[in-house]
Amino acid sequence: MGAAMLSRTADHLYWMARYIERAENMARMLDVTYRMSLVQNAAQSEAALWVPLLHISDTVDDFNKAYDEVTASNVIYYISMDERNPSSIYSCLRAARENAHAVRVAMSLEMWENINSLWLEFLQLDKLVILDSGLTEFCDWVKSRSHLFRGVTYGTMLRDDGFWFTRLGGFIERADDMARLLDVKYHLLLPSASDVGGAVDYYEWSALLRSASAYLAYLKVYRDAVVPLRVAELLVLRKDMPRSLHACMDELTTILEHLSGNAGRECKRLAGEIHSTLKYGLIEDIYKEGLHEFLEAFLRQNNRLGLEIQRAYLNSPELELPMTQTQG
Amino acid sequence: MSWHAPCKYTITMASIDYKNKLLTAFDESIDSKKGVRQVYAPYADWLAGKDFSQLAQKSRDAELLFRRVGITFAVYGEEEGAERLIPFDVIPRILAASEWGKLSDGACQRVRALNMFLNDIYHGQDIIKAGIMPESILTNEMYRPEMQGVDVPGGVYAHIAGIDIVRTEADTFYVLEDNLRTPSGVSYMLEDRRMMMRLFPELFRQYPIAPVDHYPQVLLENLRAAAPSGTTGDPTVVLMTPGAYNSAYFEHAFLAQQMGIELVEGRDMFVKDNAVFMRTTEGPKKIDVIYRRIDDDFIDPLAFRQDSMLGVPGLVSVYRNGGVTLANAIGTGVADDKATYTFVPDMIKFYLGEEPILSNVPTYKLSKADDRKYVLDNLAELVVKEVQGSGGYGMLVGPTSSKAQIEEFRLRIIADPDNYIAQPTLALSTCPTLVEQGVAPRHVDLRPYVLSGKTTSVVPGALCRVAMNEGSLVVNSSQGGGTKDTWVLQC
Repeated sequence: MGAAMLSRTADHLYWMARYIERAENMARMLDVTYRMSLVQNAAQSEAALWVPLLHISDTVDDFNKAYDEVTASNVIYYISMDERNPSSIYSCLRAARENAHAVRVAMSLEMWENINSLWLEFLQLDKLVILDSGLTEFCDWVKSRSHLFRGVTYGTMLRDDGFWFTRLGGFIERADDMARLLDVKYHLLLPSASDVGGAVDYYEWSALLRSASAYLAYLKVYRDAVVPLRVAELLVLRKDMPRSLHACMDELTTILEHLSGNAGRECKRLAGEIHSTLKYGLIEDIYKEGLHEFLEAFLRQNNRLGLEIQRAYLNSPELELPMTQTQG
Repeated sequence: MSWHAPCKYTITMASIDYKNKLLTAFDESIDSKKGVRQVYAPYADWLAGKDFSQLAQKSRDAELLFRRVGITFAVYGEEEGAERLIPFDVIPRILAASEWGKLSDGACQRVRALNMFLNDIYHGQDIIKAGIMPESILTNEMYRPEMQGVDVPGGVYAHIAGIDIVRTEADTFYVLEDNLRTPSGVSYMLEDRRMMMRLFPELFRQYPIAPVDHYPQVLLENLRAAAPSGTTGDPTVVLMTPGAYNSAYFEHAFLAQQMGIELVEGRDMFVKDNAVFMRTTEGPKKIDVIYRRIDDDFIDPLAFRQDSMLGVPGLVSVYRNGGVTLANAIGTGVADDKATYTFVPDMIKFYLGEEPILSNVPTYKLSKADDRKYVLDNLAELVVKEVQGSGGYGMLVGPTSSKAQIEEFRLRIIADPDNYIAQPTLALSTCPTLVEQGVAPRHVDLRPYVLSGKTTSVVPGALCRVAMNEGSLVVNSSQGGGTKDTWVLQC
């Protein structure tokens, strides 16, 4: 159990974690798309390969304003380094570090040093090399820095509410990113493979798994060929798959219980509601109703949860909440 | 062997080459017989076994560590959010126990008198009635009529005071100025010490160096003791910062963390029912003591500057009613103003009945005709400062200025003489310092931090600022000054 903390501090920690997680997920998706482009057959155009990345981060319109054409190098730059893209890895890391800077008091010294040196290292990176031949290395760097930060958080941060708000931000973001990734990929992949379980492009599905570090896990769990239905099951419903929606909601419901005070009743109810659909859902039923519809509903609910967390804990307008002390 | 030798160093007087012939400064490491002063002897032996590249490497290590920890400051006028390091010098300033005894007694005496002065000036004004200070003090811009008749807990106004001290001879110290508003820099005293212990642990085995690490705990005790008399239970203390883009933000964050208190901004707080609250994840929480690192002018848009986005509307009204304590109090600026400075020795005699332990620098007031004539005739030898200036801005150092600069300053003085004071150019003591060419003497000052609560005390250490440029007497970080660790020896 923690104690009350400044709403603004909680807000910064929450967004710091969200941005780090988002940077990691952008790096994962970028890397997988890039690797796929290296094994591409001529059947798919360059644009068709790269546009989904923009769909996932919801930046198609902004991208089109900034660039004339969807090319590999344009999208790579836009997703990795472009300051104009608020979801670029650059922007995410910068925002994460700025949020951390504003509340360095609220974290352990190791955490602050870790995120500060992450940013300093990022500024030292040679952009030309990254865009030319070092993209995979760069994405690995982002991922490993994110792992490192998560680890240093877990290993050194006092288990007060600050810790739980940091975790909360990470899992809200991960759930959101994973759902978007799945939605876009299924949307794009299934029409061309309407005979589910038939001749599916092996590379596409395994790439999706790899972007979630789930490829080897898939093989271990199913001991079978990569089938879209099972991919969806693994990434949506499997509790033991750490980047699945179910795993995210497991964490979120637990974290919300840890937070002190009574402000979050609606958050807990919402999280519980989302959690139960994942806990008791069957992939066959979800497929019948439509995975796209299911994921859209999930994204809506997860977004509502995010807003409710913001309202209940982070904005904390003085008039909306009851006083905890009666002195006047 | 010279200070500038490419390899090994020894400390000898002959080795110091003063480029600035005007000033023959006392060097902290050298005695009157031109040998190594006793306090520096073990260090000099140690230094003789090092070569330049080893020291330079330590210096680079330190910079890297400081940057990683983010011990940075923002420079006004540069791009928002630009962060720079204050140069850190790896060679310490070493003070003997006896030297420190005098400095700390003198600084505490001064702060006791200054707190009594503030209590007096905002109540009975006996010092004016006794004819010691002129009534014109009440028209000083820094005098806050809002504080007249307001009682503050324990009569303490300056809970934290930074006293700037310079040395000109082995036994001669002067107080250059008192900082009673929101003095900064103490984080460097603490971080420089940690860095030195990390870089040179072997020296800490050789020297009986007094620890400084307990400063935040002493400060916190004093702040808690300053809670309003009606406070029930454990007082809630917070540190108020203007925000992450403030030049001293690192220090605000550092101190809040070391004391385990919340670091708040104006927008985190609000006033209700004669109390100040902070917005927390569990709803509003009452605040008892605010260690504020934001100027009077910005603290409450209803009381002072209306355009302040950094303050808390209504805060000053709660403060005046005793609903919350501010540290430092509002209105302390009237006591550290450069025009008030000249009266501090008289204050010590008046309030404490004691002789001042530390002297003031002789000061000419340009508002006085005699003084003005003398100053204008001797600009090339004097230091002229704005009464309200700080941070090394708006000052003239005669001996190091060009004729054109002096003439330009002369016009500014004539246009507004009341705004200036002048002092003789002091040959600030020098201390061996690592520079690009090797080890060389650089001018230093010293700022111990005096803490007032139930008692007045000072942690045995100080911020030592060093003018990194050869011959420069301006030690302010905004003007290229660096810092050194200050070692106070316990025996």
